[in-house]
Amino acid sequence: MSNSTHYLNQLEDEAIYILRETAAQFEKPALLFSGGKDSIVLVHLALKAFRPGKFPFPLVHIDTGHNFPEAIAFRDYLANQIGEKLIVASVEESIKKYNLKETSGRFPSRNALQTYALLDAIQDNEFDACIGGARRDEEKARAKERIFSVRDDFGQWDPKLQRPELWDILNGKVQKGHNVRVFPISNWTELDVWNYIQKYNIELPNLYFAHERECIVHHDKLVATSQFIQPLQDDTVVNEKVRYRTVGDMTCTAAVPSTAATIQDIIDDIIQTRVSERGQTRLDDQLSEAAMEDRKKQGYF
Amino acid sequence: MNTLRFITAGNVDDGKSTLIGRLLYDSDSIHTDQLGLLEKQTKQEGVTIDLSLITDGLRAEREQGITIDVAYKYFSTKNRKFIIADAPGHEQYTRNMITGASNSDLIIILVDARKGITTQTKRHASIGSLIGIKKAIIAVNKIDLVEYSEVVFDAIKADFENLKSNLNFDEIVYIPISALEGDNIVDKSTKTPWFEGDTLLETLEYIEVPSSENLASRFQAQWVIRPKDEENHDYRGYAGQVLSGSYQEGDKVKILPSGIETTISKIEKHQQTITKAVAGENVVLHLSENIDISRGDSIVKIDELPITSNDLKTWVSWLDNTALQIGKTYILQHRFRKVRVKIQSIDKKWDSNEWQFSKANGIGLNDIGQISLKSNQPLFFDAFTDNSKSGNAILIDETTHNTVGALLFLA
Repeated sequence: MSNSTHYLNQLEDEAIYILRETAAQFEKPALLFSGGKDSIVLVHLALKAFRPGKFPFPLVHIDTGHNFPEAIAFRDYLANQIGEKLIVASVEESIKKYNLKETSGRFPSRNALQTYALLDAIQDNEFDACIGGARRDEEKARAKERIFSVRDDFGQWDPKLQRPELWDILNGKVQKGHNVRVFPISNWTELDVWNYIQKYNIELPNLYFAHERECIVHHDKLVATSQFIQPLQDDTVVNEKVRYRTVGDMTCTAAVPSTAATIQDIIDDIIQTRVSERGQTRLDDQLSEAAMEDRKKQGYF
Repeated sequence: MNTLRFITAGNVDDGKSTLIGRLLYDSDSIHTDQLGLLEKQTKQEGVTIDLSLITDGLRAEREQGITIDVAYKYFSTKNRKFIIADAPGHEQYTRNMITGASNSDLIIILVDARKGITTQTKRHASIGSLIGIKKAIIAVNKIDLVEYSEVVFDAIKADFENLKSNLNFDEIVYIPISALEGDNIVDKSTKTPWFEGDTLLETLEYIEVPSSENLASRFQAQWVIRPKDEENHDYRGYAGQVLSGSYQEGDKVKILPSGIETTISKIEKHQQTITKAVAGENVVLHLSENIDISRGDSIVKIDELPITSNDLKTWVSWLDNTALQIGKTYILQHRFRKVRVKIQSIDKKWDSNEWQFSKANGIGLNDIGQISLKSNQPLFFDAFTDNSKSGNAILIDETTHNTVGALLFLA
C-alpha cells in the first residue's frame, strides 16, 4: 500500500495543495495565526509546502488582549524559530479607535470584536486571501463553508450564495475589494489534528497538557482566574488539574479536568469524551444556535 | 485506514437526513451536547430523537426545513474515515449538489420504495456519473412501508438497470433499507431474509476506490520554488501534485507547451529525496536542464503524451443564473493552466427526464449538454473517461469571476 492511501497523508496532501494554490493565485495572502493547535498545524504544513523557500505570506495574529500569555509566548517563539514575519493586529486598539462597546456579563467574549481588527488588518495590508485553521467538524455553519470562501467588501459571508467549487480546482478570482478566506484543514477532525501532531511530534503550548490551575466553577464549566476574571464572593473556586482543549480568550474559554500529560493521553481523552470541542470549552457559542453563523456573516473568520 | 468521500442524493422526503443521522448515530459520532440539543428540538411525540435534525446547519435551512447547501459530516470506523457531503435535493440548488458530488468517490442515491425511480433519481444519477463518480449505491429506502417486499425491491432494481447504459458508473450496488428503523444500515435486517448482499455500512467500508495511480502520468507545475538565498543559490524546483500515474528519478519527460525534452534529476517530498512519487502526492520535481517553466506547464512522460488541441469538445454542466452565450469569451481553468476560450456551438442537450438528448436550444442554469469551444492557446488534456484528473476543467466568467460551468473533455 502506498503512502498516500493513509488518511493522514491524504489530509496532508490536500492541505499542502490548497496552501500552494493560495500562494499562486493571490497577490497578498496572509496566514491567520492564533497560537492554537490548528494554526500551529497550518504552519507545519506551510513548512512542507514552501521550504526551502520562504513563506509567500506573513503570519497574522489578531490579538484580542485577552489571550493566554502562554499562547502569546509560543506565538513569538514559533515565528522566531522558523524565521517568518509576524504581524500583530490589536483588538484593544480597534476598541479605542472605533469606541466599541465591550460585551457585558461575567465572562465577556471579544470574539465578535475581533472582526474589526481582522478587517482593518486586511484593509491596511491589502490582503486578498486569509488562510485560517477552521475545520468543518467544529460547528454547523463551518460545515457548510467552501475551501475558498469569498467575502464581500465588508468581509461578510453569504451562506446562501456560495460559489460552486468543482473537484479540487480552486477559483481564486474575485472582484476588487472582495477577499477570500482559505481553509486548508477543512476536512480534518479534532482527532485527525491530534493524530497528526503525534505523528510528527509537533511542539505545542503547554496549555494543552494537564497542569494545576485555579478555576471558578461556572455552570459545570471551569474558568481560570486571571487578571481579567476575579472570583466573586459566592463563587466556588477550585484548584484542579486541567488542560485546554481549545485556546481562545482567557475570559470565555473553559478548561477541562484532565491528567493528560502526553499527546497519546490527549488522544485517549478525546476518544473517551462524548462532548464536542466547542460545546465543552466555548462559553460564547452557547448563546444561540446560530452564534457562529451570525458572526461569520459579519466578517468573522 | 484510508478515506471514502461520499454524497447522499435523493428527493426531498426520501429520508436523506434521517439516513445520515442514522449513520452518525450508530457509529457513535454524535457528541452528547449535540444530542441534548436534538432532544430539545425533537417535537414528534413518542420519538426521543429526530435523527433528521442532525444535518441542517443554516438558520434559513432550519426555518424552511430544507437543505440549501452542502454540509460536510465526518465519521470513522476502524476501517475507514468517511467524509459525507450532505447535499440538497431541490432542483433549485443543483449547483450546490454538484459541488458535493465533484469531490465524492461514491454516490448514495436514495429511492423511496413506494415511489420508485423518479425524475430526481435520474437527474442525480446523471450528474453524479457525469461529474466523475464511479461507484453508486441505490438505497431503496422505506422498505418497511412496503412490507419488506422483495418484489418491489427487484422492480426498482430492474428499472435502474435500464438506465445504466447512459451512465459511467463502474459499480452499482442495490440495498433495501429503512433509515428510520435501521434495517440493513449497520446490521443485517431479519425482515429482509431474501437480501443476500452487504449492509450499507459494510458496503461503504469495503468498496474499493479506484486509484489514479495506474493512469497515464500527469503533473502540472503549481508553484516554483526558487529561494535565491546563499544556501540554495541554484535551487529551482517545480512543486505540484502528481495528478495521476507516477514519476521516478530518471524518467524522460516532455515539457508542454514548450515541447522541450529532459530528464527528472531528483524528486523531493518535504525536503527529503524520494525515488518515486505516486498520484496524490505533493512533491517537488527537479529537471536535469535549466528550462523556463511557468505555473500550469505540464511535465509528462515522453511515451504517455496527452491530447494537445485548441479545438475542444466537452460536456458542460451549467452553474450560473446567466445562460451560456455562444460567441462570448470565458476563462477556462484546467487545473493550474488558464486560457481564454470562445464558445463555438451548443451541440446537444441531455434531458435527464426523457433520458435522451434533446434539441439544443440553449444551456442555462442546471442544464447539462455538449459544447464546442476554441481556446487562444493549446490545452494538454485527456478525455474524462480516460483520466478523471486531467479530463476536467472549470469555466469562469471574465467579469463576475464566478465559476459558471463544469467541463468534461470528450476525446
